[in-house]
Amino acid sequence: MSTGMDDLYREVILDHHRRPRGSSALAHPDAEAAGKNPSCGDELTLQLACDGDRIREAGVVTRGCAIATASGSILAELVVGRTLDEARRLADAFRAVLHDPEGELPDDLAPGDLDALLGVRRFPMRVKCAVLPWITLNEAVAARTEGRVAAETTTEA
Amino acid sequence: MTPRDQALNAPAGVEPCAGQRDGCERCGGLARERFPILRRAVHGLPLVYLDSAATSQKPEQVIGAEARYYREHNANVHRGMHALAAEATDLYEQCRRRVGRFLGVTRPEQVVTLRGATAALNLAAGGLAPRLRPGDEILVTGMEHHANLVPWIALARREGLVLRHLPVNDGGELDLGRLPDLLTDRTRVVALTHVSNVLGTINPVAEIAAAAHRRGALVVVDAAQSVGHLPLNFAALGADLLAFSAHKCYGPMGLGFLVGTPEALAMLEPVEFGGEMIETVTMDAATWAEVPLRFEAGTPHVAAAAAFPAALDLVEEFTVERLRTHEISLTGYAWERLSTLGGLALHGPADPAARGGLISFHDPQLHAHDLAQLLDARGVAVRAGHHCAQPLHRRLGVAATARASFGLYNSHDDVDALVDGIRYARSVFGT
Repeated sequence: MSTGMDDLYREVILDHHRRPRGSSALAHPDAEAAGKNPSCGDELTLQLACDGDRIREAGVVTRGCAIATASGSILAELVVGRTLDEARRLADAFRAVLHDPEGELPDDLAPGDLDALLGVRRFPMRVKCAVLPWITLNEAVAARTEGRVAAETTTEA
Repeated sequence: MTPRDQALNAPAGVEPCAGQRDGCERCGGLARERFPILRRAVHGLPLVYLDSAATSQKPEQVIGAEARYYREHNANVHRGMHALAAEATDLYEQCRRRVGRFLGVTRPEQVVTLRGATAALNLAAGGLAPRLRPGDEILVTGMEHHANLVPWIALARREGLVLRHLPVNDGGELDLGRLPDLLTDRTRVVALTHVSNVLGTINPVAEIAAAAHRRGALVVVDAAQSVGHLPLNFAALGADLLAFSAHKCYGPMGLGFLVGTPEALAMLEPVEFGGEMIETVTMDAATWAEVPLRFEAGTPHVAAAAAFPAALDLVEEFTVERLRTHEISLTGYAWERLSTLGGLALHGPADPAARGGLISFHDPQLHAHDLAQLLDARGVAVRAGHHCAQPLHRRLGVAATARASFGLYNSHDDVDALVDGIRYARSVFGT
């Protein structure tokens, strides 16, 4: 029986874990959110710098497992250049597909390496790890939309 | 035979060490054949269970006794006039006496039967509330499980108490040099764990209790990790109140105890109210039953109480001293193998005789959750996370650790499987 380790820890995921993209704090963020997974202690800070409603730069600093770190790295790579609304749609689509064993990410959302994270669906305990950066993104987007700078959230919310 | 069957039926290669009195250099585990779950496979591989500090596995005798209770004796306890009610009550009360005898307690009324160590510690904290005044002090330690910390935090918040803590030094032991300063004439309670569920450290409870008693403070001990694993006599330990769970001592889940001196138990106000715990009730008044029944509101977990004596029988069959020798041997071997492997930070005292049967560790290159996940793929069950001890992990400067913990059934082969599993995990991560 396959233990699914090849599926969970795909090479793409391990690469994002080893060399997380966009993993530096931003000098002048326009929006910021802190995310926490209380059950395992993972924490991350997500910052966005925007031109109007378009994301110019993202910084995701993760203190957590390989899945959380890789998910944050993929996020940092994917959201740059998108509008806040497009970023939120991507986050919502990803969160929905994590809870749908047969679901796929729509191609028109250009999900990039995000497909590689869908292996976590076989490991319900790890879904929260993959989700953490994305719920934090939604908080940062909400903060930006509402004209606040800082927000925080947890996977228990 | 499928590969899975072959794996499961593979000879351990080493004889059990049950007959050896003086340590086990290398052995196949004690009484393994009595634990049916150890015969199952995980992902097609034999289960290597190294999570007994979270819950121990249960021997056939305990499982059978719980099933037998429901098949043959099930009824609600106390007051019933029929035969089944009398049998159920007898089994329930036998468990109380058996627990008392196991811990060297003279009177069965000193044993309160509850649903776990957490419930017992909540009774200790909540029950003391009427005895405390704003400004009174509670002393806890920096290595408590949340179960022996959060009830005191809540109590302090509600009653305006001052919560102090005895810190943990860099060696993973309590900083006893701080004790004289931290014990004041306002200290009413000292709450501490006997064995840390993260560091493994065995605390000098008797010494701390003596100092606390000189100040007139009550001593509450969390013995969840020690009962059934370390020789333990209630009076010798020096605790006024001692909490533990059956399920970490080869017994069933949903059962635990608060053991106390008659004086300490008499100080406690009940924290749960309802049936079983009263003497007389009118429309607007009630008086409490005697200790311990006044703390046992509602229908208790009689089936678990009927089964737990079988777990204590198992411990006494081997003797707790023998089990302790075995756990020291495994812990020492695991410490040596994990140290030799390199790249791991091992937490707590290095001397296996100074610690309980568990080791928490972390690999700075490999998060504990990833490590535990990859170990699981090899059939090796360890726990990863903060182990319900967030303040201690903050003190250690690490968000999560992996923890391997041992029971009587574990073998030196299990430790080897852990080490092989860590090598595998590192190979997946390329570290």
